[in-house]
Order: sequence, then C-alpha cells, then structure tokens
Amino acid sequence: MTTSGYNFGYLDEQTKRMIRRAILKAVAIPGYQVPFGSREMPLPYGWGTGGIQVTASIIGRNDTLKVIDQGADDTTNAVNIRRFFARVTGVATTTRTAAASIIQTRHRIPETPLREGQILVYQVPIPEPLRWLEARETETRRMHALAEYGAMRVKLYEDIARFGHIATTYDYPVTVNHRYIMRPSPIPKFDNPKMHRNPALQLFGAGREKRIYAVPPYTDVKSLDFDDHPFEVQRWDSACALCGSHESFLDEVIVDDAGSRMFVCSDSEYCASRRDAGYQGDGLPQKRAQAREARP
Amino acid sequence: MYVAVKGGEAAILNSQALNDRARRGDVAVPELSIAQIREQMRLAVARVMTEGSLYDPDLAALAIKQASGDLIEAVFLLRAYRTTLPRFGASRPLDTAQMQLQRRISATFKDIPGGQVLGATYDYTQRLLDFTLLAEGRERERSEAAGTPPQPAPHVAEFLDQEGLLDAERPDAVDAPPPDLTREPLSFPAPRTLRLQNLARGDEGFLLGLGYSTQRGYGNNHPFAGEIRHGRVTVEYVPEELGFAIELGEIEITECELFNQFKGSASVPPQFTRGYGLSFGHAERKAMSMALVDRAMQAAELGEAIEAPAQDVEFVLYHSDNVEASGFVQHLKLPHYVDFQSELELVRKLRAEYEAARPDDPPATQREAV
Repeated sequence: MTTSGYNFGYLDEQTKRMIRRAILKAVAIPGYQVPFGSREMPLPYGWGTGGIQVTASIIGRNDTLKVIDQGADDTTNAVNIRRFFARVTGVATTTRTAAASIIQTRHRIPETPLREGQILVYQVPIPEPLRWLEARETETRRMHALAEYGAMRVKLYEDIARFGHIATTYDYPVTVNHRYIMRPSPIPKFDNPKMHRNPALQLFGAGREKRIYAVPPYTDVKSLDFDDHPFEVQRWDSACALCGSHESFLDEVIVDDAGSRMFVCSDSEYCASRRDAGYQGDGLPQKRAQAREARP
Repeated sequence: MYVAVKGGEAAILNSQALNDRARRGDVAVPELSIAQIREQMRLAVARVMTEGSLYDPDLAALAIKQASGDLIEAVFLLRAYRTTLPRFGASRPLDTAQMQLQRRISATFKDIPGGQVLGATYDYTQRLLDFTLLAEGRERERSEAAGTPPQPAPHVAEFLDQEGLLDAERPDAVDAPPPDLTREPLSFPAPRTLRLQNLARGDEGFLLGLGYSTQRGYGNNHPFAGEIRHGRVTVEYVPEELGFAIELGEIEITECELFNQFKGSASVPPQFTRGYGLSFGHAERKAMSMALVDRAMQAAELGEAIEAPAQDVEFVLYHSDNVEASGFVQHLKLPHYVDFQSELELVRKLRAEYEAARPDDPPATQREAV
C-alpha cells in the first residue's frame, strides 16, 4: 500500500540529494556534526524525524527495512515509523536483524551482530555531547573545532570524586576515530562497545537540531574513561525470563500489583529467535514461586 | 503475559478511529464546514497561516477542523504539507504603504495623514458574554459600515525618518538574499532577516511572554506603537522568462512598527529605534509581540548590554518554534524503558552505597515510615 501524490520515500529528490551530501560529509569526518536543511516531516519533532529523513534519503526499492524502538519492533513508535515507510516507499519490512539492509533505531543497537553492507540509522534527540556542559551552540561548535574537551573530562572526574564511579548510564560519550567526542544518541552504555569497529555503517540523524553525523564501518569508537577507572558496561544478576540470555540488555517489567518483577530482553527479535532455537528462561515470577512450592 | 508492548499496530489503528469519532463529536450536531471555519474563525485561521508559514485560508481552516481546534496541531499539519510544495521563487517585497487599509492606528500622533481607522477590533468591546450569539440563526442584523473606505496612506515611520530621528534600517552586514529557515539550518550570528523570519513563524504565546518580559524590565526598552495596520496588499512576482512583475493576487496582513527611545551610544546618536512585526491575516497581538522581541534582539548591534532572555538571540531563535517545541516536549510520552532501566540500576547502586556509608542511621525507607 503506497500513498499516491508523494514522491518515493516522501521527500523530494532535491532534498534527498541535499541530505545524502550531508551524509557523505559526515562519513568523511567521523563523529563531526554536519548541519543540514532538516525538513518538516509529517511526524513530530523528537519522534524520529532525523532518522526518518536519513532513511528516506538512502532507501531504495530493493532495501529491506527494520525499525526498532527500545530494542523492540512492536513498540508503537517503531510500528508507526515502519508503517510510514511501507506507505511512502512500499519496500519490504522485516523484524529480523539479519534480513534487514537498513535498520532504523531509537535507543538501542540490536543484540545480533551487524555485518558489512547493513546501515544502522539512529534517531537522535540532542546531538551535542557537550550540551549539558555548555548550552550555547556557538560555543560548543568552537569547543569541537579546537578539540577543547577538558570540560567533559572534568565532569567525568567529578563523578568519580563524588560517587567513586562515572554516573552516566546511557548516552555515554565516546571519542570517534581519535578526534571528535560524539553523543551515541541515548543508547545504554551497554551498547557502546558494539559501535567500535562495527562492520555496518552507522548514521545519526537529529531532525529538530538539524544535524547529521556518522561512524563509518570499522571505525574506532572509544567510550571515555580514565586509566584507573576503565569503562564498564552494566551487568544483571538475572537472565532473561523468556529466553534465558545472560548476554543481552534486560528490561525490568512489573508483572503484578504486588510489584513482582521480571527481566526480559529489550531486543524482542533476539529474544524470539533464541526461543525459536529452543532456549528457555525461568518464566514469570509466580511460575517460579509455584515451582519452588512444588519442590519437596 | 507481557502484553504492554504487543499489539502496537492494532492499538494505533483503533486509537485513530477513536480520535476521528472524538473529533466529530455528537453526530446529531451538524458538521462544521471549511467555509464556516474560514469565515467565522478568521483569527484562528490567521494564526495557523502565520505560524504555519503558508497563506491559504482554506487549508488553514481544514487543518483547524482536522486538529479539533488545537491550533498548534493545525500549524503542524499545515507545515507538514507546506514542506512538500515545490518552490518557484521569491515574490517581490510587499509594498505595505499601498495597503488597502481595513484598520490603521498610531499611538504616537493624534492625527496622521490618512487618518486613524479603528476598523474591526475587540479592543474597545466590553468583555461581556453576548448571549444573543447563543440563539443561533438570530444574530442581529448587519449594520452597514459608515463612511468612505480608507485610502492607502504612508507609514507613520516616514515622518520621523524625515527628521532623522528614527534609526535607519540597517542592511545586514552580508548583502545576500534573505536566508530561508525552512531550507537551511539555523546558524549564528543570525542576521536580522533570519531573526524576523524565525519570529514570524514563532509561537504567539512564546513571543507574547518574551515581549511582555521586556516591558517589565527584563531588557527594558520602552516602546510606542508607532503604527499598526491591517489590510490587503498585492503580491508581485517576477518570472525569469518574463523579466517584469506580474500580480499573483492579494493577501491580508497585519503590520506593526514600534518606536523605542534610545539615548544613544558612542557610535549611535540619540534617536528612536524600531521593532518590526508582520503576520498573515489579522493578528495584532502576534505582530506586536514580534516587534518587541525584534527590537530586544538588536541589543548587540546598538551596543546595549545583553542581560535578559529576550535579548539573547540564540535563546529566542532556538525556542520560538512551537512545532519543534511541541514535538520534543511530547516525545516524553514515547517509551524510555531502556534509559530508565539504566538510570534505575544507577540510582539503586548509588542508594546502596549511600546506605552503606551511613551504617548508624536506619535506612531511609524506615525513617519515612516512622
């Protein structure tokens, strides 16, 4: 079902060309935020307009698109964006990470490793990693130009002085290709290591802030840290209640009025494919409680 | 089990069906027509056209209908349509001195060439609910407007200009065509053409608040309403292949010029400075607010100290757009499970460390329970 009266991919070809030029510049200068003439989209700002414009500019009729939000294909915003592209391009969509040529994401990198030729498009709300340290765009652009990143180091140091560790859990800043500090969009820091030398092309679109940046395949991406306080990712005590994975990022789900919790994979496709392959978790907390009672 | 995030697609479709029903309301009540909205809600139409940056009363009325009267949603609808339109070129500058006036007032001179024309305004109405409007179809008979229609009149600013008492319009430092915010990202330093474009699209409420703040002392510049005029002007366009101007039609606009006293600086003599506002349709509050903020943002050029929010160009230009602001504020409704999960882990960890560091105190939860 495609909508008549609009160009393939909604945007007109001139606009796509302008955005592709910005993407090329972004790829040429990894981690640098390229200003671009972001268009007003039929979806609200802050809901993925940057990622949608990037995807609309690079998508072709032979592409297969996957859209995730919080790691899942079936969250409403992901469903809505997937429907949008089905409507304005008619391309095939998929939930399988391995089958997709373009994956648009909000807040996660899929657990299934990406491969060469795939493109991961991030939706970015605030592209500027220095924004909470300096509100002015004129000033932060100068700081990037001079690689004047002392303020960020001091911020991380102050965390350590105060808490004994760096108190940033998502949107954890990285250095790209040993030059620009980059905001990885609010992915959990759990996902940061996946950006490093990833075989896929990673593109970042910020529609409201009108910026595009990129991490080309096999580029060094280093999470900021100190020699005596190396970067670490979060780990869970429990495994996924559905598929039993110890390796994935887990969401905490409150399952009853008493506040019982269970942990499940945030990446729904990864979880489902593991279950299809026969892996199984402990299930719901009640089930566990009943199981305990049943034991002599 | 674990249904919270399942069934997104069906939920969206059902939600849209519900919203359509909510928009229509009671089907026993006749449906609003676009013409009714266009003719009877002209001020709402003006606001949507102005902030939507598209002069089309019918489409603005359609957007208002589709948005259930939520004007910011209507602006969004109109903008998302406008962005897909091809661009043939830029019109010639409007000659507002040739405006066919419907209203024109000056607060600076008692009488002015061309006269004061009160026109249609709520200004001197006493805000008492008019219960005769409750009785539909029985509105009072139209009274014919008295007097002759006003003739085009020169701007009040010209008279101050002749005396050299009004700051000359300073051309932008770089002599280039005005930038187009809808095609190029905002960049700084922002020339006045860019600032005015941003303000014209900006949210009326935001600019009203900022303008008001300058009157209350945050970046004080005491303004006089030099002139506010509302009426129809001709839009002209020069097609490349013709080489001369042709008339595209007429549009209705509101223009506001404010004069502000300026005591002078080392490089600028004492004089009046000006703020400018322009909107589609009849939208005086918007045009006046725009003019106040335009003047406040000239602080740097006039050598004034920049102390207040309305004088801070980056602050104003980045936050004036209601489609951007509304989208980003409301994106908080989207799921943030992953970020929140990360923060939850962190707060639990910090809390555990906090409790561990104070072994003598009872845990905070118990203290609260006491």
